[in-house]
This record gives sequence, C-alpha cells and structure tokens, in this order.
Amino acid sequence: MTDPAVTDPYLSDPFVVASPENLPFWQAAEEGRLLGRQCTACQRHHWYPRSVCPFCGTAGTAWVPMSGRGRIHAFSTLRRASPPYTVAYVELAEGPRMLTNLVDMAEADMHIGAPVRVVFRRTDEGRQAPKFTGDDSPP
Amino acid sequence: MHPTHCAYIAGAFEHPTRHAPDKSVAQLHAECALGALADAGLTLADVDGYFCAGDVPGGTPLVMADHLNLRLRWVDGSELGGCSYIALVEHAAAAIAAGKCSVALITLAGRPRSTGQSVGVQTRALPPDRPEAGWDSASRWTIAPMYGMAAQRHMHEFGTTSAQLAWVKVAASLHAQHNPQALLRKPVTVDDVLASGVVADPLHKLDCCVITDGGGALVVTSAAVARGLQRPLVKVLGCGQTVQTNHGGNVDLTSTGAQVSGPLAFAQAGVTPAQIQYASVYDNFTIMVILQLEDLGFCKKGQGGGFVADGNLVSGRGALPWNTDGGGLCNNHPANRGGVTKVIEAVRQLRGEAHPAVQVPGCRLALASGPGLVLGAGHAHATLILERE
Repeated sequence: MTDPAVTDPYLSDPFVVASPENLPFWQAAEEGRLLGRQCTACQRHHWYPRSVCPFCGTAGTAWVPMSGRGRIHAFSTLRRASPPYTVAYVELAEGPRMLTNLVDMAEADMHIGAPVRVVFRRTDEGRQAPKFTGDDSPP
Repeated sequence: MHPTHCAYIAGAFEHPTRHAPDKSVAQLHAECALGALADAGLTLADVDGYFCAGDVPGGTPLVMADHLNLRLRWVDGSELGGCSYIALVEHAAAAIAAGKCSVALITLAGRPRSTGQSVGVQTRALPPDRPEAGWDSASRWTIAPMYGMAAQRHMHEFGTTSAQLAWVKVAASLHAQHNPQALLRKPVTVDDVLASGVVADPLHKLDCCVITDGGGALVVTSAAVARGLQRPLVKVLGCGQTVQTNHGGNVDLTSTGAQVSGPLAFAQAGVTPAQIQYASVYDNFTIMVILQLEDLGFCKKGQGGGFVADGNLVSGRGALPWNTDGGGLCNNHPANRGGVTKVIEAVRQLRGEAHPAVQVPGCRLALASGPGLVLGAGHAHATLILERE
C-alpha cells in the first residue's frame, strides 16, 4: 500500500503538522483554491488565519473561499539572493494584506497598485503556498 | 515624584571587540557585565537583579546567573529583539521603584560575525509552531526586503528619495570617523551610498547596518546607590514600550511602535521633542531612522526625508545630534541587536564622555529609542528619556 505522505507530500510538511486546525487551508491549496478566514460576528476578513478574530475578539471565525485577486501594496526584490526573488505585500480584494511573493511577472509590470492573482507553488517542505502573478483581466 | 525617578543608569560599557572568534557568547556577556560594573564602581557581589533577553546562552537568565554566580532577588528575561535592552531599563526602573532590587545588571552579547550570520539577506527559518509560519516562511522573507518595502512605501506616499536615505548613513559615518573602535571609520558621501549596489530594492548596501561580534551592559540602580557612587548622575526620566502588530492583516509599513513608545516616554518625562539635545535612534536601516524620527515627533509624518538631509543629524552642524558613536550603520551592531549601544552613547553624552568632536555641549536631556524584531512582521519598540542631574 502506498504511504499517503508520499502521494500527499503536504501531509508530512512540518508547517502543516504543527497547526492541525489549518489543514483545510492546505487541502484547498492542493486543489488550487485559496481560503481565507472571516469572523462570523463582525464579518471582517483577517490574515493570517486564526480561530479568534483579531478585530472583535470573537472565538468564531470560519474558512471562506477567497477571490484570489488583489493589488500590490509593496514589493522588494532581494538582489543578493541567487537567483533574486521578490517579496511582496499583496492587498487582497477582501481587505487583508498578505506577505507573499511575486512570481512569473516581468519587473516592468511590478508597481504599487498593479492587479495580481493567486497561483500556488509547492514549497521544499511539501505544501502548496499561495503566490501572486500579474492579472491580465482584473474584475 | 514619579516612581521611575528613583532609577539611575550608573554603569555603561560597550565591549571594544567587533570580531571575537576566540570567545564564547557567555564569556562576552561576562566581560560586558564586569565592564559596566567597573564603570559604576560596583562589583558582581552588589548585583541583586539580572535582566537579559534572547541572546543569552540557553535563552534564559538562569544560565548567566549561574555562570556569574549571582545572588539575585529579581530576574527578567523579556525577549523583545534588539530593543530589549532599552525596554529592560524600564523593567529595571520599575523593579527598583517596587523595592524588588537596587542594583540591576543588563547584559547583551553575541558573535554573528564569527559565525557567518547575515540576517539581512539570509532566509529566516521560522519555527513551524509559530502560527504565521506556514504562510510567512513560504515567502522566504528576509529582513532587508521588509525594510525595502517600508522604504518603497515611504517614497510612494511622501516622495522620499534614496539620496535622503543616504544622508542618514553619511551622518553616521561622519561621527564614526572619531570612534577608534568603530567597524567602519571612513566618511562616505551620498554618492558613495547610491553607488554601493542594491541589496533589496530600493535599499543599497550602505543603507544597511554592520554585522559585529561583541556586546554591552548597563547597571541601573536606586537613587540611594547612585548617590553613593563617584559617577555623574544619569536619571531615567521617562520610558515607553509597546508591540506594533500587523493589525490582523492591515500591516502599516510606514509607521513604527515609536508612535506609542515615544509619547509614553515624553509624557512621563514631562518634556517635548524640541527639548531633546541628543538622540540615539536605532539604525538597522537608514529608512528606519526616518520613520522613527517622525513617530517620535522630531518632524511630521512624511517629512523625515527632508529632516535628515543636508547633515541635520550631524553633531555640531545639524539640529538633532544623533548616534554620535557611528551607530549600527558604522560603529557596532552586536549580536544583531542595537538597543544597548543606543543607551550607552546617550549615557556618554549626558556624562560629557563622548568624543570631543561629537560631544553635545552641556548635554542634559537625551533620548534612546529603537525597535525589536522586524518592521512589517510585527515588532516591539522602546524609548527612554534620560537626564543629567
């Protein structure tokens, strides 16, 4: 019988293992879907996901599908890395700002306010992590 | 009289080393402890309170307390990153005011230069049990692009320029040329900074602080102890500390915890920014000095770039003499933590013991302020206002 951790490498990712309550996020990421976390009381979205709402303190937040669209809030390319890569804060359409990377995007297209959409890239540890790339057809 | 008026910084010591491949972190802590106690005219036997942060071997005050065989009635191991030692002065003052100790020893040491750490550009491996780690670690963020994003936002919102950022480094270098122990003693120009190569857009190499081995220590005492010593009286006049969170996903890259710690310290001290004669402000990156000077109230938000330009931070030339030891940008950033050296240079200025070329004449009111951990990833911040009595 095949080891499920081999067929599903994210299940043995130490970052997935350490926070069992976040498993639905990583399962959705395997299917290319971005989940977020929304308060059932005040209705605000927050990032990163947590069980207690950071705005109203209610212990009642829930996973919700996110549009996966947003705009660049800030970005910086680490030139000292080999190869260089770009760290960014993306402001999601639902409100929160996510620390992430810009990938497969020409430097000339990177500017504050530029529309971006989510793509997933597998990490060295095994999970699919959300990154962002240029959005040619923003809503 | 406010309770913290009972506390004085009686001893201050900056380890002279900047490269210590032949010494352990524990030995550096011990040498810093002895240096600060000797400066105060005290010994290890006088210490009844010990304060340290995450750089201490084993991560707990117990280890150095045992190493130095201290006899304590108060311990504090608050880990707030690089500003811990500024915040720990407030903790010590509070403990002294509460009668919990009368001679508080604060130590910092580390050897990132010897062990090849380059925290600015090396990926930070977050422990998986940190709740944000699954997402933030995947971005492979490092410290330099975080401050790069802060600089980019400040430029975007306020029109700040790379040349204005460079003036912060120029001021530090003009001070460092007078400090025989500074790692970088050569004065640089704005053009030198702009030609030094980009590390993380838009920050150049010379916008970034040095990496050094070493450390420092402080001795905070009650008024009764301080008055019995042969050192100038440096009173802890006001303190503030806070944690600036990312607000549940609404990160603000152009403001710092100084907007909280600063007003707390000024209110307690009963003074205004205009009265400050010397300021030590943590300079891990040039942009961070601009952000903090705004948040501390030395200029309005968005005007920090213009405030630091044209030598306004240079002692004897500008309106606000700043980091006259050369700061983290040129002198020293021991253990990748700049808090203790900020307090030490403020104490030197208030005692009249800074280098004559950078000494502020008649300096009676000084500020020491800085962040801990990383802007944009949640950070602590602490501010002290000190007075020569």
